[in-house]
Amino acid sequence: MKTQNEALETLLAQDYEHGFVTEIESDTFEAGLNESVVRAISKKKNEPEFMLAWRLKAFEYWQSLKEPHWAHLHYPAIDYQALSYYSAPKTPGQGPKDLSEVDPKLIETYNKLGIPLKEQEWLAGVAVDAVFDSVSVATTFKAKLNEMGILFCSFSDAVQEHPELIQQYLGTVVPYTDNFFAALNAAVFSDGSFVYIPPGVRCPMELSTYFRINAKSTGQFERTLIIADKDAYVSYLEGCTAPQRDENQLHAAVVELVALDRAQIKYSTVQNWYPGDENGLGGIYNFVTKRGECRGPHSKISWTQVETGSAITWKYPSVILKGDHSVGEFYSVALTNHHQQADTGTKMVHLGEYSKSTVISKGISAGKAQNTYRGLVKIAASAKGARNYTQCDSLLMGTECGAHTFPYLESKNNTARVEHEASTSKISEDQLFYLAQRGIGTEDAVSMIVNGFCKAVMKTLPMEFAVEARKLLGLSLEGAIG
Amino acid sequence: MMLIIKDLHVSIGDKAILKGLNLSINPGEVHAIMGPNGSGKSTLANVLAGREDYQITQGSIEYQGLDLTRLSTDERALQGIFMSFQYPVEIPGVSNLYLLKSALNAQRKKQNLPEIDAMDFLNIVREVMKQLQIDETYLYRDVNTGFSGGEKKRNEILQLLLLKPSLCLLDETDSGLDIDALRIVADGINLIRDPKRSIIVITHYQRLLDHVVPDVVHILSAGKMVAEGDRSLVARLEAEGYEPFLEKKTAGAA
Ligand SMILES: Nc1ncnc2c1ncn2[C@@H]1O[C@H](COP(=O)(O)OP(=O)(O)OP(=O)(O)O)[C@@H](O)[C@H]1O
Ligand SMILES: [Mg+2]
Repeated sequence: MKTQNEALETLLAQDYEHGFVTEIESDTFEAGLNESVVRAISKKKNEPEFMLAWRLKAFEYWQSLKEPHWAHLHYPAIDYQALSYYSAPKTPGQGPKDLSEVDPKLIETYNKLGIPLKEQEWLAGVAVDAVFDSVSVATTFKAKLNEMGILFCSFSDAVQEHPELIQQYLGTVVPYTDNFFAALNAAVFSDGSFVYIPPGVRCPMELSTYFRINAKSTGQFERTLIIADKDAYVSYLEGCTAPQRDENQLHAAVVELVALDRAQIKYSTVQNWYPGDENGLGGIYNFVTKRGECRGPHSKISWTQVETGSAITWKYPSVILKGDHSVGEFYSVALTNHHQQADTGTKMVHLGEYSKSTVISKGISAGKAQNTYRGLVKIAASAKGARNYTQCDSLLMGTECGAHTFPYLESKNNTARVEHEASTSKISEDQLFYLAQRGIGTEDAVSMIVNGFCKAVMKTLPMEFAVEARKLLGLSLEGAIG
Repeated sequence: MMLIIKDLHVSIGDKAILKGLNLSINPGEVHAIMGPNGSGKSTLANVLAGREDYQITQGSIEYQGLDLTRLSTDERALQGIFMSFQYPVEIPGVSNLYLLKSALNAQRKKQNLPEIDAMDFLNIVREVMKQLQIDETYLYRDVNTGFSGGEKKRNEILQLLLLKPSLCLLDETDSGLDIDALRIVADGINLIRDPKRSIIVITHYQRLLDHVVPDVVHILSAGKMVAEGDRSLVARLEAEGYEPFLEKKTAGAA
C-alpha cells in the first residue's frame, strides 16, 4: 500500500509540469484531465486499489470515445481540458462573506421558494456552519437506520466502510463502457450517495440527498448506488428545490439501482440546476446516466422526475427488466423555458417474462425552449407476455418553442403488447381568461394549468416533494405568458 | 350606481360588434338582456369581464365609480365582477375543489384575510352544493371536464354562490338546463339577490325570467339597445318575436 502511495506521489509530482495540481492542499484542482488527475482523485479519497484500477480503465476507455451528438441539443463543444475535476465544498474564504454579497436575484428566488434565511446563507455557500444543524439531523436518523441494518452514507464513506458491497455492485448496471459521460463519470466522480437495504427491510423514511448535494454546490460528477436486497423497499429523493448557483458547467452524474427478488425502489428527482438566464447565458449542462435493474423476479423500480433546470438536459432514466414479472415505471415532467433544451426520456428493456412497464411523460415548453422526448421500449425474445404502456404529452406555451417526440420500439417477442399514446396541446386563452375571471392572476393560472397537465406524474411524488415541485413549476414559468 | 355604460363601441379585429351601447344599473337591480343570436350579448359580458381580444374604440364603462377599462380581468373579478360563462371551459387535471379554493383565497388575499381554513371551506362548499343539488364527488372532478352542459352551468352557479360578487353577469345560464335544474339554479340566483348586488341575466327564454323576475328588460340588437321595459316586455317578445323591435334592420333589408 505504501509503495502504491509513493508511486502516486511521484506521478503527482510529475504532473506539476502539466500544471494540473499546483497546490495539493487547495480545494479545487486546476483545470485539465489526464491519468494523473484520476489517480489524484482516488488518492484524495484514500480509495482501495480496486477503485483506482476501475477508474483508470474507465479513463482509458473514455479517451477512445467521441462525445455523442445524436440528441436534439445544440451547444458549443465542451473543452474537457478546461474543466476542473475535483472541487471540495467552498470554504467561507472563497464564497461571499454574507448575504449582502450574494446576487439579489438569487435571494429573491430563495424568498419566493420560502427557504428560510439561515438556509439561504448556507445554500449560497456563505456560512458553512449553518450546515451543521442539518448534518446532525441526518446522523440522528443514520443511527436509527443502522439499527435496521440500512446503510445510508456518502459514496466515499461506503468505499471505506463497505468496500465489498461496492466491489460487488459498482458498475454492474451502468458499466463505464456504457456511454461517453458514464465513462467520464467513472473515471473522475468525486462523491455521491450509497444506500443498501437488507433483505426484508422496508425503509421507514424517505432517504434524501437534499442536504449533501447543496453543500457540494461545486460537485459535478456524483455517483449514486442503491441496492434493495430481497423483499426490501426504499423511497429515495434526489436533488433540491432551490436553484443552484452554478456557472455554465458540465454535470455528469451516474445513478445505479439494483432491485433483487421482490424488492422495490422508488426514485424521485426534482432537478432544478441553474438553467441560465433569459438570454441563454450560463446554466448547467446536465448529462446524466440513470439506470435501474430489476434483477430479481417481481421486483419493481419507479423513476419519477420533475426537471425544470439546466441549460441542457440529457437524461434517460431506464429500467432493465431482467426478473420475470418485474415492473418498471417512468413518470416525467420536463419543463423548459427561455433557451433551455431538454432531451430526455426513458428506456425500458424487457428481458423477463411478463415484465411490465409504464411510461408517462409530460413535456412543457415555453419561450424559445426545445423539449424532446426520446423513449425506447425493447422487448427481448425471452420476454414472453411483456407489456408496455407509454403516454407522451406535450404542452406548448407561445409560438417560438418546440416539442419533439421520438418513440422507438424493438420487439422480438410477438406475445408482447405495447401501447403508445401521444398528444400536443397549447395553453388556451379561454382557460386563462376563465381563471382570471375567477380572480386568479396569470402566473397562478398558468401554474395551475401546467400542474393540471402534469397531475398524473405529480401524484406519484412523495407528498412534500410534490408540494415543492408544484411551487417550482410555477416559479420556472414566471413571465412565460403575458 | 353599480354600472354606467355610455356609448360603448367595441370591435374584434376590424369587425365592429357593439355600436353605441348604453346601460345603467342600480345596486339591487336585476336586468335581463335579450336579443337575437349574434347581437352582441356575450360580447358585452366579455367586455365587462375584461376579455383581451375586444377593443373598446369609443365610450366608457364605470363600475362602482371606477373606470373599469383600466382594470385587468383578475382585478375586476377581485373587485366583485363575476361572469357565469355561456360555455364554461374545461381545465384537465385541476380539481374543482382546488379552483374554488384558489378563487376564494385570491379574494381573501385582496381583502387582507388569511387563507381559508380547509375544514371551514369544505363546510361552506358542501352547504352550497347541497342547495344546488350537486353531488359532492364533483368537488374532486377536474374543472368542467366531462361535465354535461347542465352540470357545467350548475357549476358556474356554485362558484357564483361561493364568491358572492357585487355584479353578476349570467350569460345564458339557463340554456342546457332541464326543468328541475332550471328551478334549482333560479332559486340559487334568487338567494343572492340583495340590495347591494346587481345581476345581468342574458337569456333567450322567458322561463328563467319567470323565476328570476327582472326589474328591467333590455333588447339588444346589432350592437345597440333597441328597447327597454319591465317584465311585460318578455311576454311580448315571446308572442311576437324580435321582428317588431328591429325596425332599422327591416328597413335596411327592404
Ligand atoms: N372572437 C371573435 N372573432 C370574430 N367575431 C366574433 C368573435 N366573437 C364574437 N364575434 C362576433 O360578434 C358577434 C356578436 O357575438 P356574441 O357572441 O356577442 O353574440 P350573442 O348575442 O351572445 O349571441 P348568442 O345569442 O348566439 O349567444 C357575432 O357576429 C360573432 O360572430
Ligand atoms: Mg352569447
